[in-house]
Amino acid sequence: MTSWFTYLGMDYGWAWFVATIIDILVIALPLMLAVAMIIYADRKIWAAMALRRGPNVVGPLGLLQSFADGLKVFLQETIIPSAANKGLFLLAPIITFTVALIVWAVVPFQAGVVLANINVGLLYVLAASSLGVYGIIIAGWASNSKYPFYSALRAAAQMVSYEVSIGFVLISVVLWANSFNLTAIVEAQKGFAWGWVNGNFINPLLFPMSVVFFISSLAETQRAPFDLTEAESELVAGYQTEYSSMSFALYWLGEYANVILMCALNAILFWGGYLPPLNIGWMYAVPGIIWLFIKILAFFFLFSWVKATVPRYRYDQLMRLGWKIFLPLSLFWVFLVSGYLMLTRVGIGS
Amino acid sequence: MIAAIAFYLFAAVVLLSGAMTITSRNPVHSVLWLILAFFNAAGLMLLCGAEFIAMLLIIVYVGAVAVLFLFVVMMLDIDFAELRAGFVRYAMIGLAFAVLLAAEVVIALLGWSAGGLKLDQRIAPTPDKMSNIEAIGHLLYSHYLFVFEGAGLVLLVAMIGAIVLTHRARGGVKGQKISRQVARRPQDATRNMQPPVGQGVEL
Repeated sequence: MTSWFTYLGMDYGWAWFVATIIDILVIALPLMLAVAMIIYADRKIWAAMALRRGPNVVGPLGLLQSFADGLKVFLQETIIPSAANKGLFLLAPIITFTVALIVWAVVPFQAGVVLANINVGLLYVLAASSLGVYGIIIAGWASNSKYPFYSALRAAAQMVSYEVSIGFVLISVVLWANSFNLTAIVEAQKGFAWGWVNGNFINPLLFPMSVVFFISSLAETQRAPFDLTEAESELVAGYQTEYSSMSFALYWLGEYANVILMCALNAILFWGGYLPPLNIGWMYAVPGIIWLFIKILAFFFLFSWVKATVPRYRYDQLMRLGWKIFLPLSLFWVFLVSGYLMLTRVGIGS
Repeated sequence: MIAAIAFYLFAAVVLLSGAMTITSRNPVHSVLWLILAFFNAAGLMLLCGAEFIAMLLIIVYVGAVAVLFLFVVMMLDIDFAELRAGFVRYAMIGLAFAVLLAAEVVIALLGWSAGGLKLDQRIAPTPDKMSNIEAIGHLLYSHYLFVFEGAGLVLLVAMIGAIVLTHRARGGVKGQKISRQVARRPQDATRNMQPPVGQGVEL
């Protein structure tokens, strides 16, 4: 794209600038559409598991339900509590929403199709996800209300705890792929199991980590069974209690954008990303982005499934799982993977 | 051109948010300005080509340390009158630090105008064809291995120390025994009874 704009007579800097902005729109706008449809899918799956119909009135099969909801919140009045800290109160949902979007910059959709192919891609993902907690803490504090504040404290503790084990899981993947770059991590998953399967999940050393990562990503996005921050029987609606209209919708969108992102990360880190599941010639005829989409949707189905079936954890159980089970396990696995690599690949890169 | 715009943007925001950190009245606002300063400092490091350090700055400082700051500050019961009363007491110490910092800035500027350091003549220049994350890894785990492990040991001792200092056995706390909860069957907890009309059940 940059070369096309330089061809039009712009100098390189401006051509890059314009091309990048267009690229960002090309990622962000379909993502918003995907979020709207995935909210619909979530409600449908959830309803089906509870033997209900789910949204089926607005549009054919209820497909336009999310857009109707969007229009509704858009027309509502934004209520700002008089005791709230106004600036921060309005800033918080914007932070959540922005952070959910910026990570997509490093997600590879196909070999070489990525907005920013940086060599610290995975660290960037960690950095951006550690920013996500601020949207929630600030909301809880700025609302100046008890339940949002409790919820914000819970959310912050939960996200910080599970980021620790996510970090170690990522390290074992990075060790295996020998790179922090997401494209390189995907490429390193080519041809496991005597060249047949693409994906770290088939690797017995990394499969347990893929399970840990899946559960941690449920906790990181505050989905059931770890949705203690929005435990409606205890905390009304958690940190979103005081929010209405568009500021509430931004939380809603950001939350689901985060869920899709976590599904994408699961797919990229352990299930081969844009590579076809089997390492067979004709499967490469299907574009990589379609494989990535199928994997993201499969993971989203898992997320919904868990939400529909698993009861909510107690807070002490949540912390116990994060600190006493996942942390030692993933730490041990880093040790195991690096030990195996020392035995088999020693000398690489030195 | 874009790099220059980005540099001035990041630098201006770092300075502004640094100033706001010490001038804003609400401590929570101070911490949030500090976070903005960290974040933009990471942007400056990215512009220098130190992407690994930039990411670590965000992950460690913004993602963990500042969250703790924010927790502590939010929990504080702040009395502004008392804060202002303390101002006079600590003014001299603050002034001493200000003078120290100003002197350091002057020394740094003098040193810089005298020619600066020759970055390409360091003991271990960044090798070509190697991302700086690999270069740092190579240095840390070969040349500076003992220093690095020493730092790790210091952190470990600090961590154990913090746990020892804060951990105390309190009486009267009902702990959760997960294994017992998991092992509990419905038969142990419930009984099926058919009491006659008008009579209760002996529990």
